[in-house]
Amino acid sequence: MSAGIETPAKPAGEAGHWGADIRSDVHVRIEPCERGGIEVALESRVKPYYGESIRRQSEEVLEALGVKHARVAIHDEGALPFVIAARIESSARRAGLGEGTRVLPDRFPLPEPSARDRMRRSRLYVPGSEPKYFINAGLHGADAIILDLEDSVHPNEKDAARLLVRNALRAVDFLACERMVRINQLPLGLEDLEEIVPESPDLILIPKVESASQVIEASQKIAEIKANYGITRPIWLMPILESALGIENAYEIATVTQEIAALTIGLEDYTADLGVAKTASGAESLFARQRMVNAAHAAGVQAIDSVFGDVGDVEALRVWALNSRAMGFEGMGCVHPVQIAVIHQAFAPTQAEIEKAQMIVAAYHEAEQKGLGVVSLGSKMIDAPVVQRALKLMARAQAMGLVR
Amino acid sequence: MAILEKTELVLNAAGRMVPEIANGRPQIPYLGVGKYKPDGNKAAPPIRTAADYPESGDKRVADLETALRKCGLRDGMVISSHHHLRDGDRVALMALEAAARIGVKDLMWFPSASFPSQKSAIELMASGVIEHIEGSMNGPLGDYCTQGKMRGMGVLRSHGGRWQAIQDGEVHIDIAVIAAPTADSFGNCDGSHGKSACGSLGFALADSIYADHVIAVTDNLVPFPCIPWQIQGNNVDYVVTVDSIGDPAKIVSGTTQITRSPDRLRIAELVALFLRDAGILRNGFSFQAGAGGIALAFVSYLKRMMKDAGVKARFVRGGSTKYLVELLEEGLTDYILDGQTFDLSGVQSMANNPRHVATSPFTSYNYHGKGNFASLVDAVVLGATEVDENFNANVVTHSDGRLLHGIGGWQNCLAAGCTILAVPSFRDRIPVIVDQVTTLCGPGELIDVVVTERGIAINPRRQDLMDAVKGSKLPIRPLQEIKSEVERICGGKPQRLKRGDRPVAVVKWVDGTVLDSVWQVV
Repeated sequence: MSAGIETPAKPAGEAGHWGADIRSDVHVRIEPCERGGIEVALESRVKPYYGESIRRQSEEVLEALGVKHARVAIHDEGALPFVIAARIESSARRAGLGEGTRVLPDRFPLPEPSARDRMRRSRLYVPGSEPKYFINAGLHGADAIILDLEDSVHPNEKDAARLLVRNALRAVDFLACERMVRINQLPLGLEDLEEIVPESPDLILIPKVESASQVIEASQKIAEIKANYGITRPIWLMPILESALGIENAYEIATVTQEIAALTIGLEDYTADLGVAKTASGAESLFARQRMVNAAHAAGVQAIDSVFGDVGDVEALRVWALNSRAMGFEGMGCVHPVQIAVIHQAFAPTQAEIEKAQMIVAAYHEAEQKGLGVVSLGSKMIDAPVVQRALKLMARAQAMGLVR
Repeated sequence: MAILEKTELVLNAAGRMVPEIANGRPQIPYLGVGKYKPDGNKAAPPIRTAADYPESGDKRVADLETALRKCGLRDGMVISSHHHLRDGDRVALMALEAAARIGVKDLMWFPSASFPSQKSAIELMASGVIEHIEGSMNGPLGDYCTQGKMRGMGVLRSHGGRWQAIQDGEVHIDIAVIAAPTADSFGNCDGSHGKSACGSLGFALADSIYADHVIAVTDNLVPFPCIPWQIQGNNVDYVVTVDSIGDPAKIVSGTTQITRSPDRLRIAELVALFLRDAGILRNGFSFQAGAGGIALAFVSYLKRMMKDAGVKARFVRGGSTKYLVELLEEGLTDYILDGQTFDLSGVQSMANNPRHVATSPFTSYNYHGKGNFASLVDAVVLGATEVDENFNANVVTHSDGRLLHGIGGWQNCLAAGCTILAVPSFRDRIPVIVDQVTTLCGPGELIDVVVTERGIAINPRRQDLMDAVKGSKLPIRPLQEIKSEVERICGGKPQRLKRGDRPVAVVKWVDGTVLDSVWQVV
C-alpha cells in the first residue's frame, strides 16, 4: 500500500467511452476514498448547457448507490441522462461500490404487450454498448428493435452493456417497435435476465440454442424474476439455432414452451459449425433453413430468417428476402435501417396475390352466407387450407397497410 | 480607428437589439421583409479610358506586390477576395501578406467568405494590417471575432447581400483580387478549366464590375482569348501569374459523400417524401439543395421518386455535385443553374455541358436587381444551427454564441416557394429547436417547413401546404410537440447562457438592414 495521505479504499472503477470520435456516451471513473465526500470533476462537450444537470444527476446517482467518499472524473460526450446513470452505476460496481443497488431512470410508459403472432418482418439489431444508436432506433419503422448483449458487445463490456440496455428499456421510447433483447449464451445470459426481465421486454432472443433444456433454463429464470417483480405481461422467446445440432433439434426446441413465438437461425455460426463458407446464394444453408421453417410451422411458431450482413448491397438483400419469403420465413434481421424498407417490400404480398386472395375470401364469405359446405370460385372448388391461407394473407396485407 | 466605439443599440422590427452604427457607418435596423427600398443611383467605379491600357492587351505585372502598389494601395483600403476555391484558396492570403509587406495598416478585408485555412489572417489582424472583416467567417476567424478580439465590427452578409452592399454603395471596394483558374494576359478569367478549376467565378463578378481596381491572379495563363470569359478582361487592371492559386484537394472534393447516418438519411427521405406528397414534385418543377450529407441523400431519394413518377425538373440550382450532374445527364432536369461547384463531376460538367450554366448572385439573389430567380425556385432545402417555435432560424452561431458559419446564399434562398429546413432535432444532447435563436438569420415568416428525424412541422402560415399533405402518411407534427419531446429526451431545457453585452458583428438582412447582432462570448 502506498503511503499517500488519502489511501484509496478500493481500486478505481471506470466505464464508458470518451474522445473526439465518441458521441452520446460518457466515461466515468470512480476512485473510492476513505473520507472527503464526493468530488466530481466534469468535462463535457455540452457543459454550458447541461453541466449543472450532469453534476446534479451524478450526485443523485452516487447517493442512491450509497457512495459517500469518492473522486469522480466524468468525460461526457453529450450522453443522455439514462446513459450517464448507467455509466456511473457501472463504474461504481466495477470499483466494488453500490453492490445490490439499482439506480433506475424514470420509466417511459410501457407500450401494450405484444401478441405472440404479431408481425415480425424486420428486427433491427442495435449494439448494446453503443448508446448513440438507441435513441432514434424506433424511428426507422422496423417491426422490432433488438438491443443486443451478445456478439456486438465485447466480453469485457457485458456488465456495462447490460445496464445500458436495462436503462434504455425504461427511458427510451421505441415507438411501435417490439422491444427485443438478445441475451448472451447461457449461463452468462442468466445474469442478463436479472437486469433485463424486470423492465418487461417484449421478447428475448436466446442465442446458440441446441437443446430444449437450454430454453427451459432461461424460461424458468424468467418466470422466477417475473414472479418476484409481479410482472404478468408476456415475455416471448425466440431461440436462435446456430449449429447443426440446434437445427436437428428444431422441432423439440420450438415445442418446449408456449412462450416461444418464433424460431430464427444464425447463419454465421451455422456455416462455421459446418466448416463451410457462407455464400450469397445460401446454398450451404438451404437444408437448415428449410428444416427450421418446417419445424417452426409444425410447432405453430413463426420462422424468421437470419440477418443479411452486406449493408451496401441492397439488390442482393432484395433477392435474399424474396427467396426467404418464398421459403416460408416471415421476416429477417437487419443490421442497418436502410435494410428495413427493402425487407418490408419483399415480405409484402404482391398485388396479384392480394387480388387472388380477395376473390377466395369473397367466395368463402358467400358460401358461408348461403350455408354451403363447399367454397367454389367459378367452376373450381376451393379447399379449406387454401381459404385459410387467403385469410391469413389478407390479414397480413391489412397489417402492412396494403389493403383497407 | 477607435476599437468598437460605444454605440447605441436599438430594437428592430424582429425584436432584436442591434447597433445604430457599425464601423463608423450608420445602420438601418431591420424593418421587415421587403420593407426597405432605398432610392437614388447605384454606385459606380471611376471612368476608365482604354487608351491608358496596353494596346497589346498584355496587363501582366511581375507579382502581386507590384500589382497592389500600382493600384495605389494605402492604409484603410478595402481589399476583396472570393471563396470559389473554398478551403483550398491561396490567393487571398497571398494578397493580404503582400499588403503587409508593403506596410499598410487598417485594411478592411471583404471576402465573399473566409475559410479555416485562412486562419493566419488572425495574425494580420493582431499586427494591425487588417482592421476588420466584412464577410462570412467560418471556423477560427469567426471564433476570433466572437471572442471580441477583432478591432472593427464583423459584418455578415448573404451572397445576395454582398451584391446589394456593393451596388448601393454601402461597401466600396478599392482593390479586388480575383483568383482565376484560367486567364489570359488581358484579364479574361474562367473557373471551369485549369489545374485549379473550381467551376463558376460568380462570387467575383460584382467586384470585377464595381471595384476601383481589379487584379486577376492565375496559375494557368492561356493565350487570348480565355473562353468562356466568366470575368471580362475589360474590367481587369492587372494580371499576375503564380505557381499555384490553391490546393486542388481542398478546392473540390474528389467525391462528395452521401451520409450513412440512419437519422440523417431519414431526414433526407422525409424531405423528398414531403415534396412528393405536397405535390411540389411535378413536371417542370425546380429545387435547390446544398452539398451537405443530408442534401446529397435528399437528391438521391428525390431522383428515385422523379423516376417513379415520370417527372422531370426544368432546372435545379447548384452548388452542384455529381448527384445533380447525374440528374442532368439522365434527362431528369433541363438545366443546372450553378452558383458554385463542389466536386470534380460538377466542374467537368460545367466545362463540357452547355446546360450546366455558371450563374452569379446577381441573377440568383440580388436585392437591387429587377427581380432575381431565388423566388422562382419551387423548393429549397437548407440547414440551420437552431430554429425556434415561430420558425425563426439561425445559421451562423452555435447555441454557445460562437460564430462558426457564414450565411452564404441561405438568406437569399428563403425566397423560394417552399423553404425547408432539414435538421436533426438535437445534436449531442443540445436541442436544435429552442425557445429563442441565439442569432436571428432568417425570419420565421419565410421558413415553411422544418423536417427532423422525429417528424415534419409545417409553419401554420402555410395552410396551403398543410392542406396539400392532408391524408398522406407523413409524420406531420406541430413544431412545439417535437420541441417538447426532445426536451424530455435531453433531460430538460438546456441552461440559458449568459452572453456578453458588446456586439462584435452584425447580421445583415438581404436588403442591407441589420437583422441581428452577434455578441461577444463571455
